[in-house]
Amino acid sequence: MSDPAARGYVHPEVLVSTDWVAEHQSDPGVRLVESNEDPLVYPSGHLKGAVEIDWARDLNDPLRRDYLDRAAFEALMRRNGIGQDTTVVLYGDKNNWWSCYAFWIFQLFGHRNARIMDGGRLKWTTEGRDLVRDVPSFPASGYNAPERDDSKIRAFRDEVLAHVAAGLPLVDVRSPEEFSGERMHMPAYPNEGALRGGHIPGAKSIPWARAIVPETGEFRSASELSRIYFEEQQLPRESDIVAYCRIGERSSHSWFVLTYLLGHPSVRNYDGSWTEWGNLVGVPIER
Amino acid sequence: MNDEAGLPPELEDLADVVAMLSGLSRSDRIETLIGLAEGFREVPERVARRPFPEASRVPACESQAFVFAEPRTDGTLDFHFAVENPQGLSAKAFGAVLARTLSGRALAPILALPADLVESIFGRELSLGKSLGLAGMLLAVQRAARDRLSALSPSSATFGNQELKSTLPRRNA
Repeated sequence: MSDPAARGYVHPEVLVSTDWVAEHQSDPGVRLVESNEDPLVYPSGHLKGAVEIDWARDLNDPLRRDYLDRAAFEALMRRNGIGQDTTVVLYGDKNNWWSCYAFWIFQLFGHRNARIMDGGRLKWTTEGRDLVRDVPSFPASGYNAPERDDSKIRAFRDEVLAHVAAGLPLVDVRSPEEFSGERMHMPAYPNEGALRGGHIPGAKSIPWARAIVPETGEFRSASELSRIYFEEQQLPRESDIVAYCRIGERSSHSWFVLTYLLGHPSVRNYDGSWTEWGNLVGVPIER
Repeated sequence: MNDEAGLPPELEDLADVVAMLSGLSRSDRIETLIGLAEGFREVPERVARRPFPEASRVPACESQAFVFAEPRTDGTLDFHFAVENPQGLSAKAFGAVLARTLSGRALAPILALPADLVESIFGRELSLGKSLGLAGMLLAVQRAARDRLSALSPSSATFGNQELKSTLPRRNA
């Protein structure tokens, strides 16, 4: 596929190509960060110079259901040698699903100089590029972060209730079987982490992976994405949108697409998602 | 039962794997699991070829895992797996363990495997989706064992959870 800069995105600067990464693997101003769902993937081989940020151990509060706080984020950045001016390039498995999750959390702390490697591990390995098993270490940085700002790109339960009551748009990025509640009604399968199946009333079903070219893991062009989100599914280009999935990781991928590639001005990720909504007493549900 | 993991005593090889992994540090456990994934052998062509039948797909598995059961003349089964996601290392490691430790074993103990076997092997740091996918692989193996038991002796179909048999896709064993 073409260079990300030539695909018509509103903010093409948030994507870098595998070629760009190959040219900057030893650039001291660039830190490659791999973030995966599968904990075996990074140790099995990664880009030379890449550190790992693990969503469970590094990005979540170890006790409460919440993300790390400012002190923990600063400690994470410092031990990985990341400064405020470092260009952080995130990539990972599952077509960058988890690296977009990390990207979203980086934005809660205002780290603007972050990028996603288009195509993630799939494209890098498909192109036959090298992986190494050596885990790099870097001199600690003096990273100073602001307090985490949840007000702009993160949505909480009561805000989503108000959003629904106002008839504003939501995007459910789970699979059609999860959206319909069908999977919850397969008794022999593991519980999906919720007592009820279905979706938040009014939500559009746009599975996250529709934004990806499956063969390469790259994002679809702006015109293709616009056709899916704005024309086919009739999402508004201006008013507030809430995206959700099961715990907020897949929806951070769709948040990234809507915010940066399509330039939507107001998208929030509801990370409580279905594991919260599907367990709440008395909230409305559609099937 | 194996005291620590609640495993049936007939499945000694599986209990040995679980015991070995439980004694390792996180990094050594990961290295061992990577080694198991590297030893993964895909389902032989005599059993199944691409495109694999949808009935053999593990529905909750994002790594696109498929489970196959091949009958032996002694009434037991050989278990085979395919994992279409090249980055699905955990699914490959789990498939390698299940194939090696459950093939040719008595079927009833397979039905008695606990649901937290995934956690016993991989630890507690898996995502919800990853846990569900791996648990789905185990459930598919158990369903195949149940179907085989039922075919061999209809009365044995009363063993275990009948919902499992009635709701999961049929295996082409």
